[in-house]
Amino acid sequence: MVHLVSAWAERYMSEHPGANISVTGGGTGTGISALINGTTDICAASRNIKPEEKEMAEKKRRPPVEFTVARDAIAVIVNKNNPISELTLEQLKAIYTGAVTNWTQVGGPDQPIQVVSRESSSGTYAFFQEHVLQNEDYVATAQLLPATAAIVQAISSEPWSIGYVGLGYVAGAGGSIKAIGIKTRDASPAVGASEETVLSGAYGISRALFLYAVEPATPSIQAFVDFCTGPEGQRIVRETGYVAVR
Amino acid sequence: MSSWWKEAIIKWLLRACASTSILIVALIFLFLLKEAGPFAREPGLGSLLSTRWAPVSPKVPGFGIVPLLTGSLLVTGLATVIAIPFGVIGAVFISEVAGRREREFLKPFIELLASIPSVVLGFFGLVVLAPAVRQAFQLSTGLTALTGSLLLALMAIPTIVSISEDAIRSVPASYKEASMALGASRLQTIWRVTVPAALSGIIAAIMLGMGRVVGETMAVLMVTGNSAVVTLDPFRSVRTMTATIAAEMGEVTFHSTHYQSLFWIGIVLLLVTFTFNLIAQRVLARYRNF
Repeated sequence: MVHLVSAWAERYMSEHPGANISVTGGGTGTGISALINGTTDICAASRNIKPEEKEMAEKKRRPPVEFTVARDAIAVIVNKNNPISELTLEQLKAIYTGAVTNWTQVGGPDQPIQVVSRESSSGTYAFFQEHVLQNEDYVATAQLLPATAAIVQAISSEPWSIGYVGLGYVAGAGGSIKAIGIKTRDASPAVGASEETVLSGAYGISRALFLYAVEPATPSIQAFVDFCTGPEGQRIVRETGYVAVR
Repeated sequence: MSSWWKEAIIKWLLRACASTSILIVALIFLFLLKEAGPFAREPGLGSLLSTRWAPVSPKVPGFGIVPLLTGSLLVTGLATVIAIPFGVIGAVFISEVAGRREREFLKPFIELLASIPSVVLGFFGLVVLAPAVRQAFQLSTGLTALTGSLLLALMAIPTIVSISEDAIRSVPASYKEASMALGASRLQTIWRVTVPAALSGIIAAIMLGMGRVVGETMAVLMVTGNSAVVTLDPFRSVRTMTATIAAEMGEVTFHSTHYQSLFWIGIVLLLVTFTFNLIAQRVLARYRNF
């Protein structure tokens, strides 16, 4: 999420010459504790604030206020010639942890599954690991590719590979890949990844992204949050591969 | 007196210039050791010897560099095997067989090959070579050790050709004349006299080519698939040491265990290239003596 906030900060500063925003990364936990300790005015978070964090903040007289600024969703993609069109979250986890290694095991043809992932430095890698793999390790034979474009290239030329990309990248990827539907449970219907299903919460691999500030927000902080949720800010959200909330 | 001082000062200045690179290498090595150091206490150097590279695992991080080392060696070894015939035969042809005009046409092109940026070669590998390798060998993926080796061989060939050619040219004409006078054909002379006489130079050329290949980063990062598995199968994805540093250094937390482990990879890599260069120097020194 840090590159989204950096993009916002850069654009905001170029539009408001007096404003000075410095952005540092480190993860949601780091950001929230910085907000509680008063070393930052705004923190970005890719999860809700935990009850104990909220309690601690209130104890320090820095009650947090939450703004939902974007959504992050991951589309699972396969080659367009792959007959598989849907998987459950359970099956996806089995594929990515190496418990399932052949397409027959998930109802496909007798072909080995080549697992493709982003590099471990990517936020998408961490989100997918947390959300789909439930913090288990990726199978060691997973290919770790340095960029989304490399994943799209691999999936479009290799018929039995499976990969994942930020939802924002699927539309521009062309017709040689397809995003498959995700079933959160065996019995539930498969849901395709789209802005609507992400916003309604029906799509299984998505999360909200937040900004937190201290209540009451000062005018300068409110102005920045308004910018992020405004048309220009939400355009940047789409540009960086996330899903706009407005 | 003043001219003696001038002489001394200039001598020291020249000495300082000449020693700069030694100083820089020493400082780089010290810097690597300083950044990597705390890892030796916690979790200990022994953990580098494991076969599990999972530095950001949420459960138990693994810092075993064995798969990265075998990945680098596999890719380098294959690239060398592929590059040797092209490089050596190319050098023999240019120095012994080709006419002057042919040579003047070939040499610039081989040098041009050396100047192609590796990211451009990587892009070519990703879009053209990987799908071709996948189809040619009927694999499930084209991002394999072999694909990386083919690209790296392209990078090693110019080094091997130009240094081997120097070695072959510096074989004294009297050797060849003696061979011809004894009734050997031109081909027999090349393979039985000239090439064996230049062999140490050719070996040095190959070692220098390997040194370049093992340190290459961008092209292998793009085409080898980067799976951290221990394998000697050229048709599988491998993760090299260079690709690991390049891919992970950008987002790693400063001075974390993961950060330190990347510096250990750097140290191992430096030692490997240092060894290749040392062997090349030794071999070259021997052939200059004849």
